[in-house]
Amino acid sequence: MSDVNYTQPDGEESFAKAAGKQLLGFGLATVVFFGLLMWGLQTLASMVGSSTVSAKAVDAENQSITIAIATEPPQMDSTLATDASSGMILGHVMEGLLRNSMDDKIEAAIAERWEINATQATFWLRDDARWSDGEPITAHDFVFAWRSALKPENASEYAFLLYPIKNGRAVNEGDLPYTELGVRAVDDQTLVVDLERPIAFFDKLVAFPTYLPIREDFYNATNGRFGADAWEMLYSGPFMITSWVHGSSLLLERNPYYWDQDSISLQQINIGYITSDGTAKLNFFKDNKIAFTTLLAENLTNAMAQRWHIERTQDGTVFFLDFNHRPDHVTSNRNLRKALQLVLDMEELVYKVTKLPGYIPGESLFPTWLQGVEDKFRKEYPAPELILDRDEALRHLELAKQELGIDEIPELILLSGDNPLSSLQSEWVQEVLRTKLGISVKIDKQIFKQRLAKMTAGEFDMVLAGWGPDYDDPLTFGDLYASWNKNNRGLYNNPEMDRLIEQAQNSVVPRERMETFAAIQQLLFDDVAQLPMYERGVTFVIHPHLKNVKQRVIGASTDFTRAYIDTTAY
Amino acid sequence: MLKYAFKRIVQGLITVWFIATATFFAMHAVPGDPLSGDKALSDKTRANLEAKYGLDKPLMTQYGIYLANIAKGDFGISFTQENRKVNDIIREHFPVSATLGILAILFAGAGGILWGALTALYRNRLPDTIIMFLVILGISVPSFVVAAIGQLSLVNINDLAGVSLLPIGGWGTVWHMIVPSMVLGLGTMAYLTRLMRSSMLEIISSDFVRTAKAKGVPPTQIFTRHQLRNAILPVITVLGPSIAGITTGGFVVEIIFAIPGLGRYFVQAVQQLDYTVIMGTTVFFGAFLVFMVILVDIIYGYVDPRVRLE
Repeated sequence: MSDVNYTQPDGEESFAKAAGKQLLGFGLATVVFFGLLMWGLQTLASMVGSSTVSAKAVDAENQSITIAIATEPPQMDSTLATDASSGMILGHVMEGLLRNSMDDKIEAAIAERWEINATQATFWLRDDARWSDGEPITAHDFVFAWRSALKPENASEYAFLLYPIKNGRAVNEGDLPYTELGVRAVDDQTLVVDLERPIAFFDKLVAFPTYLPIREDFYNATNGRFGADAWEMLYSGPFMITSWVHGSSLLLERNPYYWDQDSISLQQINIGYITSDGTAKLNFFKDNKIAFTTLLAENLTNAMAQRWHIERTQDGTVFFLDFNHRPDHVTSNRNLRKALQLVLDMEELVYKVTKLPGYIPGESLFPTWLQGVEDKFRKEYPAPELILDRDEALRHLELAKQELGIDEIPELILLSGDNPLSSLQSEWVQEVLRTKLGISVKIDKQIFKQRLAKMTAGEFDMVLAGWGPDYDDPLTFGDLYASWNKNNRGLYNNPEMDRLIEQAQNSVVPRERMETFAAIQQLLFDDVAQLPMYERGVTFVIHPHLKNVKQRVIGASTDFTRAYIDTTAY
Repeated sequence: MLKYAFKRIVQGLITVWFIATATFFAMHAVPGDPLSGDKALSDKTRANLEAKYGLDKPLMTQYGIYLANIAKGDFGISFTQENRKVNDIIREHFPVSATLGILAILFAGAGGILWGALTALYRNRLPDTIIMFLVILGISVPSFVVAAIGQLSLVNINDLAGVSLLPIGGWGTVWHMIVPSMVLGLGTMAYLTRLMRSSMLEIISSDFVRTAKAKGVPPTQIFTRHQLRNAILPVITVLGPSIAGITTGGFVVEIIFAIPGLGRYFVQAVQQLDYTVIMGTTVFFGAFLVFMVILVDIIYGYVDPRVRLE
């Protein structure tokens, strides 16, 4: 140091004292400066009139609740929206012809009754249905929205959900003008849809956001900015967005023109915070700032220590180990896949490795919640029973080696997500295959878009994949392994599978359809097209006064539309 | 002076052009497809989307169009938020990041200079030891840990107090800014404290200070005029780039405190391969950084008369 031996201690002492006093003065001045600065900023902020989030989690007096969401809804144009966040908000501010009821059935919404036969669907709209500006909702609004979703230049990613409408695909691919789409408004209150072919679950499709109405004059007046801001949307649902500060907050207030006022009790849903950080959300909940939050694995013990009421359910998504069936990959060999199936114990994965509440070990591509003919599909048609057997697995492995003409199975590439849970799962797969079969696995962690790119290009042997449902019918999962399905990224190609899927698509007889799905379930198992790993669970905490919050598998989730506040509850 | 500023601005523009070009080609070289999502697209839809974003054109044509648009100040439409312009995203969210960043840098600058001067004054004594220990902590603990601990302690303080003393997140009033800006500025403050301390120590033992003392100049004058003023110079040098660093690096703090700043869009855009937002934010932040460096150089000329701007 340069300060050794340069002056006498007592001289330094007095200097330090004087300088120290001065420094203290500077310090005080700084504090005063910051105080003034804050005051100035506050005055400035109040002049600009920016939003203030100070609402309580549950406010019984104003019938208002505050919640947080993970990401800003990126797309509020219902014909273009594809993500869960937009879907959740749309579910609160929009309503279509039909909706998902609180007990997961299809019920009347804007349409008061409907009829669907093999060639046609007719919807009779209620005459008290109004847009948030007081204008009536008419059949023309649906015709406009559906045409708009299918117009090729709008490039809607979910347009395929409207293909059951006559000429839907042709319009979407630009082969026919949009006026040829098989939907017409007979009068303001009657909507008639011609169907491309008989379809068993058209009512369920109609409850999907892509089928929501849009009013043409309003849409045109927004100059291509429809859905970009609160004032650039028109609402048909129980709430309307009255304020939207991008990236920060959304305020949903009761829509005075909504037809079904009696079923709604909240006046306000204040989305006060937008953050993807689960721990931050838990802190907001703890600080009584939000009324609801989902929990991450790492927050679980913390939440339990608080003695909160923790609830669990499934979010409907199924995760599985998908194989690359391209002939130049060893995973195209059925015996190899069979060997893997016989050693991977998904109960061990779910109960001993990931240990997350709400998760269910996977037994089938068709999750437990799907509706069958009368009961749940999986109750009527249980998944094929798997008996783990290492010796049997080793026999299949030998067969595989013989068929492939190799002595040793080369290192398998397992494509995986970059989050901690995916890492844990892929490491488990790696360890099980190494110890039980002597197969080495290389884990390739990629962010979502790059994983998709690698899956599409076929640069993998196995991949941790997941599939979420669009509508409550087994077909939403059932056609995944059709040779023509673009989501079948492992290129599984089996004429028998294709035949079964076509049969399921073309049939409208419930029993016959479900038997076909049962056959698909069996074929997936026998041929080891994929290995079901688990059904994803969600764990969440709710403010004790907030009741009737619905966690949905299909449709907008989490659903607060029918929630109410009960201050006596605990 | 004017000539110097002009020269620096031209150099700055070249730097920004270089940043834009490098980002453009790096981004297109990253594996992955910006249009991919949960569900696979039909060929027709994909073709329509490519046409919408101009991705169907050859890469060099795209590059040309994109440079021309930047020159006009138009960054295009976001891929993920399809009806928002990148310009709007920057316009709405940069002020938030900037407010947070400026507060953080003021906090860091003031704190760094004061603590640095204090430690130099009491070198090798108890205040010095304590502060320097905290400084080492401040430099080595990453901001996501500080942010998480900061928020958690606030929750516990509010819990103990029984009322919300300070909001634990969100944005809108000055009260929302206090804790996040402190968290954001902490690392820089620690760094500046060290810098200020060593710079002070160097000055204290310099000849002109000794001369001033020998002349009998009052200690207060020596301290402010001779020591502080000279010691502050290196601090100002690093302040410029760290303003840019803090304003752009608030990603973690923004996520944890639910603040609608631009840093979130910057990082998320890369993960989602949102080409237009990546380009817009990178070029914007790049230009901002270059501007701050030029500004600091010019300020330097005023603070230190020995520096000639030519």
